[in-house]
Amino acid sequence: MKINLFRAADGTESGGGADTGADVRTAASRAMSVPQPRSNGDAPVGPTKIAARDVSVSYGDKQALFDVSLDIPDKTVTALIGPSGCGKSTFLRTMNRMNDTIPGCRVTGRIEIDGEDINAKSIDPVLLRARVGMVFQKPNPFPKTIYENVAYGPRIHGLTSTKAELDEVVQSSLKRAGLWEEVADRLHSPGTGLSGGQQQRLVIARAIAVNPEVILMDEPCSALDPIATAKIEELIDELRERYCIVIVTHSMAQAARVSQRTAFFHMGRLVETGSTEDIFTNPRERRTLDYITGRFG
Amino acid sequence: MTEPTPGITESAGTDLRVDRLRAGLKRRHARENRFRTYGLLAIAVSVGFLLLLLGRIIEQGHTAFYAHTVTVPVYMDPARIDRSYPAGTNFEQLVAEQALVRFGVEDDAAGTRATAMRDLFSSELKYRIAERLQRQPGLIGETLPIAAPMSDEADLYFKGEISRSTPALQRRLSDEQLDWLDRMDAEGAVSAHFNKALFTNGDSTEPELAGVAGAVVGSALMLLVTALIAIPLGVGAAVYLEEFSPRNRLADLIEVNINNLAAVPSIVYGLLGLSLFINWMHLPRSSPLVGGLVLALMALPTIIIATRSSLKAVPPSIREAALAMGASRTQTVFQHTLPLAMPGVMTGSIISMAHALGETAPLLLIGMVSFVPGIPTGIDQPTGALPSLIYIWENASERAFHERTAAAILVLLAFMIVMNAAAIVLRRRFERRW
Amino acid sequence: MSWLFLPLLFVFVASAYVGARRLARLRGDRARAEGMPPHSRPSQHGLYALIWTVVPALLVLILANTFSGEVEHRLLTAGAPDSVSQLEPFRREAFFADARRVGAGQPAAQIWPAPLAGQLPPEGRRAASIHLTLSVGGMVVALLASMLGGLFVFSQIRPGMRARNRVEGWVIGLLFACSAVAVLTTIGIIASLLFDSVRFFASVPVMDFLFGTKWSPQTAIRADQIGSTGAFGALPLFAGTFLIMAIAMLVAAPVGLFSAIYLSEYASPVMRAVIKPVLEVLAGVPTVVYGFFAALTVGPAFRAFFNGLGAHMVGGPLDGIGHYLMLVQNQMALVAGAVMGIMLIPFVSSLSDDIINAVPQSLRDGSYAMGATRSETVKRVLLPAALPGVAGAMLLAMSRAIGETMIVTMAAGLAAKLTINPLDTVTTVTVQIVTLLTGDQEFNSPKTLSAFGLGLTLFLVTLVLNIVAQRIVQTYRQQYD
Repeated sequence: MKINLFRAADGTESGGGADTGADVRTAASRAMSVPQPRSNGDAPVGPTKIAARDVSVSYGDKQALFDVSLDIPDKTVTALIGPSGCGKSTFLRTMNRMNDTIPGCRVTGRIEIDGEDINAKSIDPVLLRARVGMVFQKPNPFPKTIYENVAYGPRIHGLTSTKAELDEVVQSSLKRAGLWEEVADRLHSPGTGLSGGQQQRLVIARAIAVNPEVILMDEPCSALDPIATAKIEELIDELRERYCIVIVTHSMAQAARVSQRTAFFHMGRLVETGSTEDIFTNPRERRTLDYITGRFG
Repeated sequence: MTEPTPGITESAGTDLRVDRLRAGLKRRHARENRFRTYGLLAIAVSVGFLLLLLGRIIEQGHTAFYAHTVTVPVYMDPARIDRSYPAGTNFEQLVAEQALVRFGVEDDAAGTRATAMRDLFSSELKYRIAERLQRQPGLIGETLPIAAPMSDEADLYFKGEISRSTPALQRRLSDEQLDWLDRMDAEGAVSAHFNKALFTNGDSTEPELAGVAGAVVGSALMLLVTALIAIPLGVGAAVYLEEFSPRNRLADLIEVNINNLAAVPSIVYGLLGLSLFINWMHLPRSSPLVGGLVLALMALPTIIIATRSSLKAVPPSIREAALAMGASRTQTVFQHTLPLAMPGVMTGSIISMAHALGETAPLLLIGMVSFVPGIPTGIDQPTGALPSLIYIWENASERAFHERTAAAILVLLAFMIVMNAAAIVLRRRFERRW
Repeated sequence: MSWLFLPLLFVFVASAYVGARRLARLRGDRARAEGMPPHSRPSQHGLYALIWTVVPALLVLILANTFSGEVEHRLLTAGAPDSVSQLEPFRREAFFADARRVGAGQPAAQIWPAPLAGQLPPEGRRAASIHLTLSVGGMVVALLASMLGGLFVFSQIRPGMRARNRVEGWVIGLLFACSAVAVLTTIGIIASLLFDSVRFFASVPVMDFLFGTKWSPQTAIRADQIGSTGAFGALPLFAGTFLIMAIAMLVAAPVGLFSAIYLSEYASPVMRAVIKPVLEVLAGVPTVVYGFFAALTVGPAFRAFFNGLGAHMVGGPLDGIGHYLMLVQNQMALVAGAVMGIMLIPFVSSLSDDIINAVPQSLRDGSYAMGATRSETVKRVLLPAALPGVAGAMLLAMSRAIGETMIVTMAAGLAAKLTINPLDTVTTVTVQIVTLLTGDQEFNSPKTLSAFGLGLTLFLVTLVLNIVAQRIVQTYRQQYD
């Protein structure tokens, strides 16, 4: 269902809330093109996988996140958008406790995955990170062979007991990451010898190999060319059927294409969250509208 | 709504996997702790060695900072002293015989006991007596107390290094000599005081008179020569290589060359010094001039490397601003870039000098392995240096040199600490963070 | 006469500077009045004059000083009376040295037998006059050169002359000369080592030297001396050097590497700030101090330990070993090797620290995000990634160990032995170089020259190790930049 915002400010419209009234539409009519959400915006959204309540993060004296509360559903792609420095990556990293590796970083608030507080003393971060995988902005395959890269996770966590099992896991991970066809004949060549897009898919395969429940992606396509980006976005769409995916992106077009839920961050606060369609066609907050129409960021 | 999802620790269907994950965890954490302990152990070992090294040297050397003096009553026997030439008297024999008499000891025909008594006093004693007589010739016929250092063995006895528990044949002092020493001590003639001789005297074959002053002055002169040669040359070379030289293969080759020179063993520099400065240029052996030249060649690569990195740290924007104002390249370098890089240059130079102070091998090859008494007066005189003095004293056979070697090491380390501290203070005060 | 020289030179130089500046200002003002401002400031012309008066004089002085020693020597030798020329070289040199002293008014250092003693005063006077002529001659030429330089500059002073550019050209040239010194040093090292080594290899074939197993460097001082043949097979020296280096690396490599790993991956910033300076201090301790420590503390301690251990073993099943252990000396290779290892720990640690820090953070993040522990990240990701760099660091440490002199001179022995037993006393290349050159020196004998042969070998081996190591580390660094 396509919504056209370029219409006269005559007060008539169809679909979306009318809360913000005339000024939203006036502003919109002055806007440049707004990203159009994909038509599968009405696909079912899963139960809540991750629940964050009043999460604040500070690095030393500088506070980066202020009381963020957000629910992230399972088997869905949730996009975190916002201008640079708004805290979306920081929030992403709270979900697999990667902030623990930064000295001087303090996290307060409650983050639950499947109802259990991941910051509790009884939770082992090592175990947590086997359940919550991460893909980074710049592809970072280890300087090992393709096989060894994918096999890294299963090896250290002891998930397989025979070589045959490991081969099986490597193959299925590469297949699910859409890379198998391209590298099946050169599994023992260095992972760093692949192209940028292939490396990022390798990294995704590596993350998948430990069978996580959640995959966090921090601007996974920003270092890639458009063709590789398109491939990754296709992959994300496929992965969504098995995993809960949270993706940070500075490209609104990408968020619109790829996600079903979107959360907009600004200056360390969560401004608005909702279905991707709602956020991009009928945002409730002024700031959200300004951002998606390109007034700042 | 779907039924409540199980917690992350017990999701249905992934139970087996979670169990597998947990099973390995304990072992992995154990390995992690072991690994961490190894690392901590390695650091503890390193720090421990340092403490052991310093502790041992302080333990061995602190006794050298005090020495024992004995005050003996000397009867200026007119029968033995020639009034026209008092200095020709054998005062050592005189004092020894008088001491024997005082202790009521009979000597044999060969005079072995007198010799044994003489061994308890330093040769300094006779100089002091002669000096007194020279100043006051009227003292002939009088008895007066003269104070002089004890011999090195007697000094060691009072410091507890020689004891009666060792069998007499393995000691340097016989039982009888020890008895005499005890008597002198009981009379109150022996006193301990700060060993000034260690710091004011030059080297001597007699340990109780040996001091580091000559070596300290020699080292200072040498470092002066080194600094005057290496710092200007090094800074000049670095400025050229960093600011003026075209970036071509030749420049790369020179950089590789300098890095290699920094890693050449110091003894090869000694061979160079021997071959070039002594054999070919006939410069005086064992002089601070030659020592300084050799050390300058050794310090040059490190100064170049340190200066270059200081220059690299100055942001290009400074250079560009100066050039845009119409300054020539030379003016930019000398009026802007170099002054800003100065703190790093000075720190690097001071640290280089501190290293040069401790170098020994090349000095041995250019001749500083021989005994040099007295304090040097010029850079072309043969001298010793602190590190070579330590080497010579370590090889000496007298036991008393052990503690003095350790003391000399402490003096050397003190100088190095001062220099390094100066470099650090300089760096802290003047360093700019771009 | 020499006291007159420096003030005269100073007068020349100062007047050249002032004069050139004056002249330049005069001509410059005139040119400016006519509407054509001069290119360079008067002080720059002055500097130009200064350069052209100082440099020629300096050149002459350097040349004179470098060669006058040799020239003087030759003149003295050439004109010497027969009784002196017939002395063997060592004595003759000593005689000339004394002649110079006598000529300078100082007493001779030795007592010479009658016929020679009589020659001392006239030779002394001759030496003094040669010295005087050469010195005065040198100074006069220097002053002349300075004057000519000054005249040249004065002829050049015009408003259009780009004095500043010329001065700057000289400055850059001077800086270039400074950097040339670094290159010249390498050439000097190679030349001096080669020169004397070639003479050595003329009497002892290279193959015998490199592969011979008997090292006993004796040569006759005089042709009629008995016991004059020497063996110059350096293999035991190489073996001893290698043995001690191996022991040192066994100590330094694990301790240094683990220290670096802990400091870079585990230690808090506070701990790092405290421990790093401590390691720097350890690195700054002069090797002669380590040598003293080895000779007077470690040596006796190890010997006491092994002797005691041996005493326990005697009479039991390991009786033979027990007897052997009771005879080990202070100077066993283990002592020198262990202390050298301690000395190398901070070296290995700081190099490894740099190398490990060069591995990008993204690799660490990738591994931690997979749920790896820190030790797993280090063992499986960081160390393999850093391997070339660490290998390079180890090679550099080995090169340092091979070239180390003082620890081995003070703690190791003098007897050349071909062995791999760390409890044996061995000697190394560096110890032999020191021993050969600090004993009684006869010039040009194979004994003294063998030291240069050893030096050349040492230099080449460490050079190869250093170049390979630096290449490896550079390639490794480029990977991550």
